[in-house]
Amino acid sequence: MAQPILQIENLHKKFKDIEVLKGVDLALDTGDVVSIIGSSGSGKTTLLRCVNMLEEFHQGRILIDGEEIGYSGPQHKAKRESEIARQRAMTGMVFQQFNLFPHMTAQRNVTLGLTKVKKLPADEANAIAEKWLARVGLKDRRDHYPGQLSGGQQQRVAIARAVAMNPKVMLFDEVTSALDPELVNEVLSVIQDLATEGMTMLLVTHEMKFAFEVSDRVVFMNQGRIEEEGPPEELFRKPKSQRLAEFLKSSKF
Amino acid sequence: MGYHLNFGVVWRNFDLLLSGLALGLGLAVVAIFIGCWIGLAAAFAMNSKHATWRRIASGYVTVFRNLPPYFLIVFAYFVLPRLGLTFGKIETFIVTLAIYGGAYLTEVFRGALLALPRGLREAGLAIGLTEWQTKAWLIIPVMLRNAFPSLGNNFISLFKDTSLAAAIAVPELTFYARKINTETFRVIEIWLVASLMYVAACYLIAAGLRFFERRLAIPR
Amino acid sequence: MFEQGTFLYELWVSRWALLQGVGATVLISLLAILLGTILGVFVGLVLVYGRWASRFVVRMYVDFVRGTPVFVLVLASYYLLTQIGIQLTAFQAGLVALVVFCSTHVGENLRGALQSLPRGQTEAAKAIGLTFPQLFVYVLAPQALRQALPAWINTATEMVKASTLLSVISVAELMLATKQIVARNFMTLEFYLLAGLIYFLINYAIERAAKAAERRVALPS
Repeated sequence: MAQPILQIENLHKKFKDIEVLKGVDLALDTGDVVSIIGSSGSGKTTLLRCVNMLEEFHQGRILIDGEEIGYSGPQHKAKRESEIARQRAMTGMVFQQFNLFPHMTAQRNVTLGLTKVKKLPADEANAIAEKWLARVGLKDRRDHYPGQLSGGQQQRVAIARAVAMNPKVMLFDEVTSALDPELVNEVLSVIQDLATEGMTMLLVTHEMKFAFEVSDRVVFMNQGRIEEEGPPEELFRKPKSQRLAEFLKSSKF
Repeated sequence: MGYHLNFGVVWRNFDLLLSGLALGLGLAVVAIFIGCWIGLAAAFAMNSKHATWRRIASGYVTVFRNLPPYFLIVFAYFVLPRLGLTFGKIETFIVTLAIYGGAYLTEVFRGALLALPRGLREAGLAIGLTEWQTKAWLIIPVMLRNAFPSLGNNFISLFKDTSLAAAIAVPELTFYARKINTETFRVIEIWLVASLMYVAACYLIAAGLRFFERRLAIPR
Repeated sequence: MFEQGTFLYELWVSRWALLQGVGATVLISLLAILLGTILGVFVGLVLVYGRWASRFVVRMYVDFVRGTPVFVLVLASYYLLTQIGIQLTAFQAGLVALVVFCSTHVGENLRGALQSLPRGQTEAAKAIGLTFPQLFVYVLAPQALRQALPAWINTATEMVKASTLLSVISVAELMLATKQIVARNFMTLEFYLLAGLIYFLINYAIERAAKAAERRVALPS
């Protein structure tokens, strides 16, 4: 079997003295779409943010396409900042608060990484940006600034910004939680399209129905551990653990 | 260099310096008191329905915020007497500082007025209060709480500006520092101490203001 | 019009003194703003990104200078630097005081602007693989500078106002020039009103230029 594109091994993380991740193992193959669900404080967002080194971890390994992320060797020595930056470009992240660069147009938000990180020439970067902005349905808004766009539009630009970098894994951190209800669907349908085309995705989400529809696998986290993992039909219809059953009931799925 | 630090001279005159500091504080307190009335009046004027009041207040703010305070003090003390308007040194200084500070305070109060919840005035009128009563019992108390941090900052600024009184020989801290400097030539010691006294005073005022802000705050 | 004894006559006679005074005021203000801003940017960067020790030292510097009245800074600088050790001219000593004063204001404003930027900006920039120098230049600095612009303009007008204090240490700027002219022709009110008008116009022009600049760099929304 081919090597998993994302491998998380025995991940431990502490915030001051509190351990928030207590030994997490997870593997994704190319094209897998995995949703992480759980209550706040379960560690799901922290896990996601470790993958692109926005959070540090003190024990365990994360490998993307076989390459160790953030730290090297058995002594868990931290890599250099420039090396970490390069590795971050292997993943794409979409944030709950969009985090678009307000002083740049939608187009420029997308081309910044292409020109400065991937060092592509301007016309190539612009072509890629235009393609992806068209794919998320915002071709005619590419010269608009974030302040001129709605929440749903901003999040779609954020998705284009991340995907245009051609990452090996896409990370979605509760990307619809900050949106007004009527804007949620436009974002979810973009994510659905990406999944159908074979993008490897790790999503932290509250949208249970969406997780059920789009995922190959669902992971339920509780208190820093993975409590249950499996195909959506199993997890949502026949939960094995009691806490998962309670969680699903309170989420009204 | 051959300069030997000797703080003895400074300590011997410390009571003079302290009295100067106290005078400076006193000047600032009176100036801001007067300035607040001016600022409040101008802030309400800027919000008024009558264009004339608005223009007068706006003109006052624009002119006095763009003039150097030292210039104003020199003008008030040296030029006005030529027109027959002579007053005591301290009175002249306080009024000038109050008018200068008032221009800044107008902006503070205007901002605080704009930040008021809209329904406040109408709620007051609805229970039968007159315009003046709503202003006195509702609008001004809430507005002052909003304005408090900025008011505090302005007070500290005004306090530092009292050092300008030294230029017209008002016996405040900077005046004494300069006097001691020219008499004893203990340059480093005297200016270091004078500066530290201002810094300490500002720090204490700021701490005091923070304390009062917490006490005045509306519980939420 | 140009009869002896009228204001206009005296104005014509003293034109060079006045122009030199205005020139000196403008020169002092410009130098103070320019040098103060350069130093101030450095101060601000250390306050935000420096190591603990450097931050502490710079913090002490900023708090000490900001707690001291400008007048005291000017006098101290004059007495310290013209009589002991370095032996600067009054102009230079006064300028040093103003530059130091300006740097603390610019530094604090920059610190405030940088720290007010949401963390998400740094994270989003990191997420696409930008290194810190890159994300500072392309993402943080443009936003921080836009934020800090109004406060910087305010600092600029404060420097013009502070230049008047140099007259006390005998630097021939506009206040001193006016004083000397008036000592000759006794037209106190007229010439001081003129000086006031000039100061007002300089600061008012700065204010208007600032508003225009703010509008030009504002982000469309």
